[in-house]
Amino acid sequence: MIIIFGLPIVQLLLFGKVINNDLQNSKIAILDQSHDNTTREITTKLLSSGYFVLEEELRPGTDMEGVFRKGKVKMVIDFEQNFEQNLERLGKAHVQLLADASDPNTARILTNYASGIINDYVNKEKLQNLTLPHQINTEVRMLYNEGLKSVYMFVPGIMAMILMLISAMMTSISISREKEMGTMEVLLASPLKPIQIVLGKVTPYLLLSFINAVTIILIGTLIFGVPIKGSIAFLVAESFLFILMALSLGILISTIAPNQMVAMFVSVLALMLPTILLSGFMFPIENMPMPLQILSNIMPPRWFIVIIKNIMLKGTGMLYVWKETLILIVMTFVFIGLSVKNFKIRLE
Amino acid sequence: MEKVITVKNLVKKFGSFVANDHLNFDVYQGEIFGFLGANGAGKTTAMKILCGLSSPTSGEVKVGGFDIYTETEKVKRNIGYMSQKFSLYEDLTVAENIRFFSGIYGISPAERRQKQDKLLKDLGLERSKDALIGSLPLGWKQKLAFSVAIFHDPKIVFLDEPTGGVDPITRRKFWDLIYEAADRGITVFVTTHYMDEAEYCNRVSIMNTGKIEALDTPENLKKQYGAKNMDEVFLKIARNVE
Repeated sequence: MIIIFGLPIVQLLLFGKVINNDLQNSKIAILDQSHDNTTREITTKLLSSGYFVLEEELRPGTDMEGVFRKGKVKMVIDFEQNFEQNLERLGKAHVQLLADASDPNTARILTNYASGIINDYVNKEKLQNLTLPHQINTEVRMLYNEGLKSVYMFVPGIMAMILMLISAMMTSISISREKEMGTMEVLLASPLKPIQIVLGKVTPYLLLSFINAVTIILIGTLIFGVPIKGSIAFLVAESFLFILMALSLGILISTIAPNQMVAMFVSVLALMLPTILLSGFMFPIENMPMPLQILSNIMPPRWFIVIIKNIMLKGTGMLYVWKETLILIVMTFVFIGLSVKNFKIRLE
Repeated sequence: MEKVITVKNLVKKFGSFVANDHLNFDVYQGEIFGFLGANGAGKTTAMKILCGLSSPTSGEVKVGGFDIYTETEKVKRNIGYMSQKFSLYEDLTVAENIRFFSGIYGISPAERRQKQDKLLKDLGLERSKDALIGSLPLGWKQKLAFSVAIFHDPKIVFLDEPTGGVDPITRRKFWDLIYEAADRGITVFVTTHYMDEAEYCNRVSIMNTGKIEALDTPENLKKQYGAKNMDEVFLKIARNVE
């Protein structure tokens, strides 16, 4: 009953809150090489718009790539030297917007907002004081994904989703089927150890998922041209970790679910929807209301997507994704621990 | 005669519910031991303990000469088990099922082939060797499941309501298989609630609300309770307890 009546409400709220393309409080960095009144006024304008929050002020010569690799800053605004002078004397000044386009939607929205605000400022505030025709050139650069291809975003997302689906859902269904058919009891009454039974059930899906992961990466790179800037071995290792995590989650579900139907239902509800909605795959996590942001932290795909994007698009190594990796490892152990505990309770 | 199962003061509790209340009984080699009781009397619980699927709360249990607590592995090597839900893989063929279970019990391929041929011949299933289990009628499935459960020649085979849902003739044929197995020296431990099947057993125990109320040969039980058949014995015991 809870499911029948509760589900539509939860889904509606979830969709309504999550599918929200407005961005608020995106973290940006500013590199102000001019430090004059105009740049200061523009900065204030940007920050008071509510769309942006200043994460750090950069000094000239800072390594931009490094700033983006940390993953916090979504956009850097770079004012050229003598910004105000150029604007007043030459009628033309340059500002560069660099955005992290590993999430193309966010990048597009952020740069649009920023250039809108900057142009608005010139038209409204400066026109009155100046007689010369003038303009601010906003030059937009999309890092990691110059062409703003959305496939760059979909490949990691689809990979997380498929691996989750194959590993967790198939494992949980196949184990609960053994329970339902009564074959599990026969296996347990045989000399096989429980660990052998579980390994036997899980190994095929481990292989299948692995083949899937490799296929998705190959199609992504060969057909859609998604780059792999980082180490392939590292990418494979992280995928392997994620598959292990999903498999242990599948085992956990199967220890809870009494039959295939429930296993299927739990998998779809607990895995598929959150993977799509809450992992940051389609909708930026920063936009979600606080409770959902917190909830997204326990979604394994969220961390995996960050890892894959970092490795494939930004070419970063362990140094930048150790936190996410650690989270996945901890999750794996928690799931295995809970399964063993549940399994024991059932045997008693 | 050699005792193959000894149970002393077996207690199994689920929380405050006592499913098995101080059970005591022995089962001898080669006998057909009927384990009777109404639904929820604790038959299946006791049987699961004997098969090592569940551990007792307290009491001493030996199966095939091995202790159920410390030598579970050896117990499992020496038993066969056929569950209530009929227990072969529906989406594998007859031969594949036999191969799978042979693998689990470590039967060599040569031995398997030889035994498989005999088994299929005895059951008259030679032509269905490559048929999916799911496509066979229930009575055949049950016979096959039983044959697979004793394929590795266990000392004891546990049958949990093996003949549910089939007609009396098919049940009778199933019991022919049980007699054959007992003749080969395999001890048969069977739960059922068909009272005509109880008559086929060498000895029966009747459980009620977690306790064993009676344990003897069907003849003695009928004499003791002045009943014409096992059905009456069963009803009298159930009424006495209430």
